[in-house]
Amino acid sequence: MSRLDKQLTSLKEQGRTALIPFITAGDPDPAITVSLMHAMVSAGADVIELGVPFSDPMAEGPVIQRASERAVERGVSLRDCMDMVQEFRQRDYDTPVVLMGYLNPIEVMGYQDFARIAAKSGVDGVLTVDMPPEEATDLRAALNAHKLDPIFLVAPTSTKARIQAVTAMASGFIYYVSLRGVTGAKHMDMTEVSDRIGEIRKYTQLPLAVGFGINNPETAARVAALADAVVVGSALVKRIEEVANRNQNDGQKEAIIESVTTFVLSLREAIDKVGVAA
Amino acid sequence: MTYQLPDDRGHFGPYGGLFVAETLMHPLKELNEAYEKYREDAEFQAEFMDDLRLYVGRPSPLYPAKRLTKKWGGARIYLKREDLNHTGAHKVNNTIGQALLAKRMGKTRIIAETGAGQHGVATATVAARLGVECVVYMGSEDIKRQAINVYRMKLLGAKVVPVESGSKTLKDALNEALRDWVTNVENTFYIIGTVAGPHPYPAMVRDFQSVIGREVRYQLSEFEPRDPDALVACVGGGSNAMGLFYPYIDDEHVALYGVEAAGEGIATGHHAAPLSAGRPGVLHGNRTYLMETDDGQIIETHSISAGLDYPGVGPEHAWLKDNGRARYVAIKDDEALAAFHELTRIEGILPALESSHAMAYGQKLAKELGSDKVIVINLSGRGDKDVHTIAAREGIEI
Ligand SMILES: Cc1ncc(COP(=O)(O)O)c(C=O)c1O
Repeated sequence: MSRLDKQLTSLKEQGRTALIPFITAGDPDPAITVSLMHAMVSAGADVIELGVPFSDPMAEGPVIQRASERAVERGVSLRDCMDMVQEFRQRDYDTPVVLMGYLNPIEVMGYQDFARIAAKSGVDGVLTVDMPPEEATDLRAALNAHKLDPIFLVAPTSTKARIQAVTAMASGFIYYVSLRGVTGAKHMDMTEVSDRIGEIRKYTQLPLAVGFGINNPETAARVAALADAVVVGSALVKRIEEVANRNQNDGQKEAIIESVTTFVLSLREAIDKVGVAA
Repeated sequence: MTYQLPDDRGHFGPYGGLFVAETLMHPLKELNEAYEKYREDAEFQAEFMDDLRLYVGRPSPLYPAKRLTKKWGGARIYLKREDLNHTGAHKVNNTIGQALLAKRMGKTRIIAETGAGQHGVATATVAARLGVECVVYMGSEDIKRQAINVYRMKLLGAKVVPVESGSKTLKDALNEALRDWVTNVENTFYIIGTVAGPHPYPAMVRDFQSVIGREVRYQLSEFEPRDPDALVACVGGGSNAMGLFYPYIDDEHVALYGVEAAGEGIATGHHAAPLSAGRPGVLHGNRTYLMETDDGQIIETHSISAGLDYPGVGPEHAWLKDNGRARYVAIKDDEALAAFHELTRIEGILPALESSHAMAYGQKLAKELGSDKVIVINLSGRGDKDVHTIAAREGIEI
């Protein structure tokens, strides 16, 4: 059983919804990322989604775009991200880590090398935003050969046939994009999310994570009542940016960790009041 | 025709394809279905051809450049005068076609990316004519160097949105247009300006631009009792080049030359020549040659011509390079400028800086091939938009 399967199954048995915070690796400083990952776990994260910086993050809103730009400027590469996971694994063997990014850095490294190094570093799942199932055969084979879970998106625009194509390829969990738009947008429609989750569950037993528009504990709680996992990205990354800008020098790291901890705790608390999806 | 690419999922050999986030997969399928339906539809094709004739002013002339031929002292030079199209470049052939499709698909809002502003102007033009809302994304760096085109778009009623992310040029404008599309897919049609992007754009834009090569085929027979020996076109994304090349693709005796921007020289790294000096990767929905770092980050390009300043290239060109059907060369800023002046003074035609790259290579090739050969050069656009850039570069204040 993969680390992801184990974690998500155990949460389900306990009647809890998983909390998956997202941060961009290397933002605002590569030296902070691993500490932030540990801090998020201490504050109640069940899975960590680590954004791999890319020069052209087409599906991201302005907040994560800026984070990606900051990290690219610092020279943070795909290899560096995997090194960070490896360092994280020295102190945390259990919390699953999913890399989320774009295909090109993986293309350049080569699918086989990428999958091998990722597995060795302790990565558990890989979500490649611009890789739909139609083009994913080779990458998926490489990931599966190294027991990594390929994570795919389902969108509000996905037809029944597309949902089936996605669920046939995916393992670990399915990531439902809660709105038509980029990450961090503000127009999520809870009724639609609820309907779509019902629809997707007809085709798969895999856990369902929901993300893209969840920016506060209240929304997280409402989504937690429907989904198996709640992903929170932009709202967290925005805090990191604000705190970093306010504390340019000494104490930046501590201030960021404190702010992220507070926010993740508040998400955790809100989600746990709801309990697991029916 | 024996050449039958792309396959039904948009692949040209290993290139092309459909690499976008899930939200865009269904809209792209709908677009593909609409395109497949109307490309065979007599009424659609008739309306397209009427628009090209009555509104764009096609066919554009094929001009025998006799003085230039004499001056260069080599092959006979013919210029395909896309600069004489309405709005001043080949770009409008494609926007007319996509606008007709948008209308049939019932879309009420049109978006586009633009670099030099030519595609933005051509899009704003067709949107004005359809009476629909139009938003054009343009890098803030490009807005600075193409001020006249920005104002033209505004006069036409388009909203020009400056893009401040990344390198603030064409590639970032494309990212931003994709972000808009993903947000407004229900009512919005995205008119991509070149043979790049996810399937079906590379094939669709090529097909709309192929009117260029089809006209050359019959126009040349007025002057020459045979096929041309070589076709030459500049390559930014590659749409004017594909439009000229495609109708000749099965005619192996016709050599195809795509001319990229070498900027300050390939060796300096300051260029925009992915086919000459890049390697394969995935960007903007397709697999193609890219300019990128060893870590797979896309790098900033440089060219004096905003329309060639793009780190990728249409996937069909990547395939034609690998299989040897077309050859790709690169021309430096200085060489393009010299060609600009040459054509202006010898033939009285101000070419766009993009097209000046094709002219500069045409001159080299004319000498190489010798006087019994025939070369057709695509004059993809007129140079009025570049007059400020050229003056500034030469230290002249207008
Ligand atoms: C006059 C002209 N030629 C060429 C290009 C390059 O585009 P493509 O390679 O798609 O023809 C442009 C782009 O703006 C242009 O304006």
